[in-house]
Amino acid sequence: MAAITTERGGRLMRKRFGKGASFAGGDMTPMIDMTFQLIAFFMVVINFAEADQSERIRLPDSELAKPPDSPPDFAITLQLTRDNMVIFGGEEFPIRGLPRKLLVEKQVMIETSKERTVSDATIIIRADADAQAGKVQEVIKICQDTGFEKFHLRAKQKAAEKQKG
Amino acid sequence: MKVRHVQRHGEEKIELQMTPMIDIVFLMLIFFIMTFKIASPEGDFSIKMPRHAPSEGLPDDSQLPPITVRMRADSEGRLKSIWMGQRGLGNSFDALRSEVRALIGDDRGPGSFADTAEVELDCDYQLKYEYVMRAITAISGYIDPDTGRVITVIEKIKFAPPRGE
Repeated sequence: MAAITTERGGRLMRKRFGKGASFAGGDMTPMIDMTFQLIAFFMVVINFAEADQSERIRLPDSELAKPPDSPPDFAITLQLTRDNMVIFGGEEFPIRGLPRKLLVEKQVMIETSKERTVSDATIIIRADADAQAGKVQEVIKICQDTGFEKFHLRAKQKAAEKQKG
Repeated sequence: MKVRHVQRHGEEKIELQMTPMIDIVFLMLIFFIMTFKIASPEGDFSIKMPRHAPSEGLPDDSQLPPITVRMRADSEGRLKSIWMGQRGLGNSFDALRSEVRALIGDDRGPGSFADTAEVELDCDYQLKYEYVMRAITAISGYIDPDTGRVITVIEKIKFAPPRGE
């Protein structure tokens, strides 16, 4: 980053006021350098795609779960809390409210692209580790009944442990 | 506010005001700090589960029946036992992994048993999802201790119809 020099080229700028009084102003350059570096850092690490990740969900761990090679063409993220509530589109509702929401989503998907079919969409399921398996299966079944076929079960990546062969 | 310095030769020099820039920069910094969230890396298990139409009738003879993995839970949702077919494996996921590997063998080529085999997970309703994810991890592969690479064992995993609550 280019250093901003003071008018007189010094690191400390001394301004002279009338009647011989003087004021020593600090050089702002290091502070601005540091601030820009901090901004650059935060801009790099920020990820707006994580906006649909509720902090209430404690994902199960898996050492084999890997990020998809390419992001799905059309993804719907359904989150299931340990209280068996579904979080979708910023709303929280019981599982019985899911079919209506999915139908709306399916309609939106079809209307936005005529070439896309329901089977092209991917349902990403972020279920809490303490959620009941039966509830997760219920969510999957509702999605299947709506016509969705592809599912991604999301897990938190964990460093590999030594496995017994 | 512009500060004008009249230089000796009568030229007028406009000094750049840093205050608005620093204001904006600090606002940006505060925004990024407030929205910053340390996100742990996440990965997916991809499963394809189309809904079977009733008109499909009997499955093709050439298609092998899926390997059934039954997971029983106690009343609190903790894993009680794992069964692969009629064989009890206690509640060890390492035993499940070893059993699946022994069954599939080392042939990983196209058309091999590993390529066509399918596992059906049949879980008790109240079983915690964490155990389902651990079972999926054990079935889908392992990490080679020598190379550290993920070796896929079975890719096709599906769920049996949900059991009653």
